[in-house]
Amino acid sequence: MKILIKGGHVLDFKTGLDGVFDVMIEDGKVVEIGNDLELASGDLIDAEGKYVIPGLVDAHCHLRDPGYEYKEDIETGTRSAAMGGFTSVACMPNTNPVIDNESVVRYVLNKAKQDGLINVYPIGAISKGLQGEELAEIGELKFAGAVAISDDGKPVKSSSLMKKALQYASMFDITVISHCEDPDLSDEGVMNEGYQSTVHGLKGIPSAAEAIMVSRDLILAEYLNVPIHIAHVSTELSVDLIRNAKKRGVKVTAETCPHYFSLTEDACEGFNTLAKVNPPLRTRKDVDAVIEGLRDGTIDIIATDHAPHHMDEKNVEFNVATSGMVGFETALPLAITYLVKPGILSMKDLVEKMCYNPARILGLNKGILEVGRTADITIVDLDDEYVVDVNKFKSKSKNSPFHGFKLSGSIVYTIVNGKVIVREKVLL
Amino acid sequence: MYLKSKDLLGLKDLSADEIEFILETAKTMKLILTTKNKKTPHLQGKSIVTLFYENSTRTRLSFELASKYMSASSANISASVSSVAKGESLIDTGKTIDAMGTDVIVLRHPLSGAPHLLAKHVKASVINAGDGMNEHPTQALLDMFTIKEAKGDIKGLRVAIIGDIYHSRVARSNIWGLTKLGAEVCVAGPSTLLPPGIEKTGVKVFNTIQEALIDTDVIIGLRIQLERQKKGLFPTIREYARFFGLDEKRLVLAKKDALVLHPGPVNRGVELTSSVIDCDRSLINEQVTNGVAVRMALLYLLTRRRSNEDIN
Repeated sequence: MKILIKGGHVLDFKTGLDGVFDVMIEDGKVVEIGNDLELASGDLIDAEGKYVIPGLVDAHCHLRDPGYEYKEDIETGTRSAAMGGFTSVACMPNTNPVIDNESVVRYVLNKAKQDGLINVYPIGAISKGLQGEELAEIGELKFAGAVAISDDGKPVKSSSLMKKALQYASMFDITVISHCEDPDLSDEGVMNEGYQSTVHGLKGIPSAAEAIMVSRDLILAEYLNVPIHIAHVSTELSVDLIRNAKKRGVKVTAETCPHYFSLTEDACEGFNTLAKVNPPLRTRKDVDAVIEGLRDGTIDIIATDHAPHHMDEKNVEFNVATSGMVGFETALPLAITYLVKPGILSMKDLVEKMCYNPARILGLNKGILEVGRTADITIVDLDDEYVVDVNKFKSKSKNSPFHGFKLSGSIVYTIVNGKVIVREKVLL
Repeated sequence: MYLKSKDLLGLKDLSADEIEFILETAKTMKLILTTKNKKTPHLQGKSIVTLFYENSTRTRLSFELASKYMSASSANISASVSSVAKGESLIDTGKTIDAMGTDVIVLRHPLSGAPHLLAKHVKASVINAGDGMNEHPTQALLDMFTIKEAKGDIKGLRVAIIGDIYHSRVARSNIWGLTKLGAEVCVAGPSTLLPPGIEKTGVKVFNTIQEALIDTDVIIGLRIQLERQKKGLFPTIREYARFFGLDEKRLVLAKKDALVLHPGPVNRGVELTSSVIDCDRSLINEQVTNGVAVRMALLYLLTRRRSNEDIN
């Protein structure tokens, strides 16, 4: 079975491909990229006026499976991801049971093979049970198929444990992803500490809580001369610290999420629990710094931190509400609306940050569109404008603060392993 | 005139006109309170439920008497905070109360924003009787009523709020209300008990009680909670009293006819010395009386608004 994607603007970061080309797919692989390709029989996709890019790779999401299937499972999560143009996602280990041993990694991989629409890569835990006390079986996690380790959702409070984790993980060449938060400072905080927390009478999480942990981890990575990846960067000071560390040659990579470049703490106004997330939405200054960090390359990745929660967990008092928001189906449109349209990033930069870099940092053979590779391809209409309607999300959960937002850029096709999963914006 | 919203969630959302309207109505209610036969038919056939997730003596009693003086049927529910943790949702509790034909739910809750959540899901009017650190609008209204009664007008007055501003819902409601009515508000307290960005609400911020007291017309002292000391926000109660306690010597810095208010209960010798509490400029007992009048006014205005909606 052949598929020909005709007349689209093809973009790839690694090969530098940037122009109008046809892309031929055969038996799940890209077999030819060129001009005036012809298709005798098969599936002809007209991509004129649209961008043809490598399938998006998400370095940070929560599929909630096993244990929290009432929020999301691997089937619905990957359906949602496919709608958002993602062909590969790496899912965090804060499931129940925690992905802290081989058997849970295998469960996720098997379930993904069975029910998943796209490629799923589990991330293992740094510590057993995410307790922050003893290292998980990192070697076994890696050999079972985990692509990184992280205690995401919780910081590794102990500097000593983090040092050991970085040392031990480097032996297995597995990426360590750090959720940076000083728990003493964030205490029982529920939103950014500042004007909005003051006028809502809610306990704040100071931006310093993130920056202090970022600096600790940068120091450990420099001291040990090993790599570290900083998850969901949200503050100005964190961006500055990472920028300086990179200049010093520290092997640090960093990610941010769409909500940190598109929303401020003002989104929490009126006790809006849909805008409750950790790290919390910050101030305009922080948003500007995150955008600058994306522009100048300090921040390597845009990840979703897709965090589905049941509405019953959001329809409660702000303090009690769970943190996080779904993100698969709005990530690329938000990046296009807030970064590409205003001229901060080009579409090629976006391909670097949403395809190439996440794959590179997690060591996946993905995020590249070239002849000979598996055909994971996303086709994007940059100029399509629409209003976000959470009720149309394929995710099991609808907890998005972007309902009603007018965004540009829609995912027209998602092709995974040479198979069309989304056709003309419709999930097959 | 009618109140715009079905609920009273905070003074942040009220206009100056609405606040004046409530205070004006409370004047009439106070007349009723001072007559021998304290019974009016204003709320006959109306039902009021007080739903308290936090202990309270005076606020609860104040609401209860306000309902009774105006012939409403009233009921009280005490819910423990632990039931929140056990997963009994506030919305479900609210809907149950709603289904029994309640006109007004008076809610006190340890979590900020709880009344806002409840209000969205019930037909009854919700009155915020204190939510977490957010607002305590009826306390601020009775403070403003007391100030107005003594001073005639709030506009142009200098009001100093002293103490734990960070955790105080009374401070927040007073800041919204007083600044809307044209007072110049300043706050003072240990820097660990001043919330960040508070100056953006239009208040002046001081780190000494002396600066805040100079030429002030009204002083509102706030209750200091002992557990704040245990959390390490200030070293000792003794040191707090030394730097932020109001005694007669410091009172001299304020205007000669400056008033002293406190939401109660007072820690004698901590926020205020006994001599200040019992001096003739202290209106602490007057505040309690006025609290009933203000709550009568609110219950009346919110139920009247409801009846009017029914007619339309």
